[in-house]
Amino acid sequence: MRAFSYQRPTAIADAVALLAEHGPDARVIAGGTDLIIRLRDGSVRPSVVVDVKRIPELDPAIREVDGRLVIGATTVMTDIAADERIRRRFTALAEAAAVVGSVQIRNRATLAGNLCNASPAADTAPSLLVYEAEVVVAGPDGMRRIPVDALFVRSGVTTLRRGELVTAIELPLDRPPMGSAHQRRTRRRGHDLASVTLACGVDASGVTRLAYGSVGPRPLLVTDASGVLADPARPEADRAAILERMLVDASPSERSMRASPDYRLAMLRVLGWRALATAIRRLAAEE
Amino acid sequence: MTQLIPIEVTVNARPRSFEVAAHHTLLEVLRDDLALTGTKECCLVGECGACTVRLNDQIVDSCLVLAVEADGGTITTVEGLAGADGQLAPIQQAFLDYGATQCGFCIPGQLMAADDLLRRLPSPTVEQIQEGLAGNLCRCAGYEQITEAVQAVAEGGVAPSRTRAADAAASAGGARAGARTNAEGLDQ
Repeated sequence: MRAFSYQRPTAIADAVALLAEHGPDARVIAGGTDLIIRLRDGSVRPSVVVDVKRIPELDPAIREVDGRLVIGATTVMTDIAADERIRRRFTALAEAAAVVGSVQIRNRATLAGNLCNASPAADTAPSLLVYEAEVVVAGPDGMRRIPVDALFVRSGVTTLRRGELVTAIELPLDRPPMGSAHQRRTRRRGHDLASVTLACGVDASGVTRLAYGSVGPRPLLVTDASGVLADPARPEADRAAILERMLVDASPSERSMRASPDYRLAMLRVLGWRALATAIRRLAAEE
Repeated sequence: MTQLIPIEVTVNARPRSFEVAAHHTLLEVLRDDLALTGTKECCLVGECGACTVRLNDQIVDSCLVLAVEADGGTITTVEGLAGADGQLAPIQQAFLDYGATQCGFCIPGQLMAADDLLRRLPSPTVEQIQEGLAGNLCRCAGYEQITEAVQAVAEGGVAPSRTRAADAAASAGGARAGARTNAEGLDQ
């Protein structure tokens, strides 16, 4: 691995100052499960690596603040998958966190890192889109909040600006509860990247939110507010027509090795129906 | 421009203070600086689990941790599983008894993952064993025997596949047969 300087700030302001000073020559390390692979293969060559795990303000404990569930930038997948509030209220996120990598990976990998890497296949992205989560960012000009949908641009590219550091991901607790589910398709059971990763949420007003990844340059969110998709009593053909319209923007790459575009699109439908059925069932069980 | 950083860690119950290069992984430092070569280097991308160690009570792929990130931490490698007198841990003995160790290269990582699984889930189902060890690949495909070895050590576990254990005992002679009795004793 190419040499770099290692910095371990103990305050958000110090981390931001380092990131602002070094710009693209600095990389943040939280879990490191993606970054260290890229440091080793030379696809990123920072002069400075900024470790944010010793910043007390980035407390990894998941907490409720002002009607939001706050997941810090250093919170790892293992803790997200195990959190009772997330399992109950944001079930698709708990399910997604539980299938990222392996036990070893989930003990290190952070939710913030999964988002900042902006992989189209990021398993936690679809559920965060469905719940309309926000990313809290500290930067040279202070704090700002970015809806998760406005964070992703394309593979590896986000709307974060020079000097900005994600400090937390927040889930709204003041919305109507959703029944929700995460589904994904991998080449083998166990530890693999998704060929399709998808989350669905249905609330009592009949709004269905569907988000899917690994079928285009960034994960996408689509919504059906007609109530038809959420109602199993409606004619199958009507519901299928709506689902088809929600999937039209999927554009899987020809170049990806994991699965062909045809296979991904076929599985996107299958997983979409499965997640929808599970979400509807979970909503009914809550009521 | 290698930056050297002093760190303090406890490795296999022994406190150590030394300098590490900022860009060296925990795996490199364990193997090359501390000569703890039980931890294996293999895929270097977090797929295979051969480099699994315990860091602050959680297993990690040591190829994906910078050594400096472990500063202040407590590390257990496969060398730390056996007792100080060399007595194998029950999970190590079970791997021998059930023929789970073939070429052996993945075994340090498999043992660390199995040990971790049993700490979290003392009586895992087969599915939980497979999930708990999903981050550890075995190219000899000894997965069935590895699963059986974990079941044998599990609390209230039923000795799986007596035939296989008996075969192993028969082919290995009396010493292995005695070990098999121990494994059965753990099941009660």
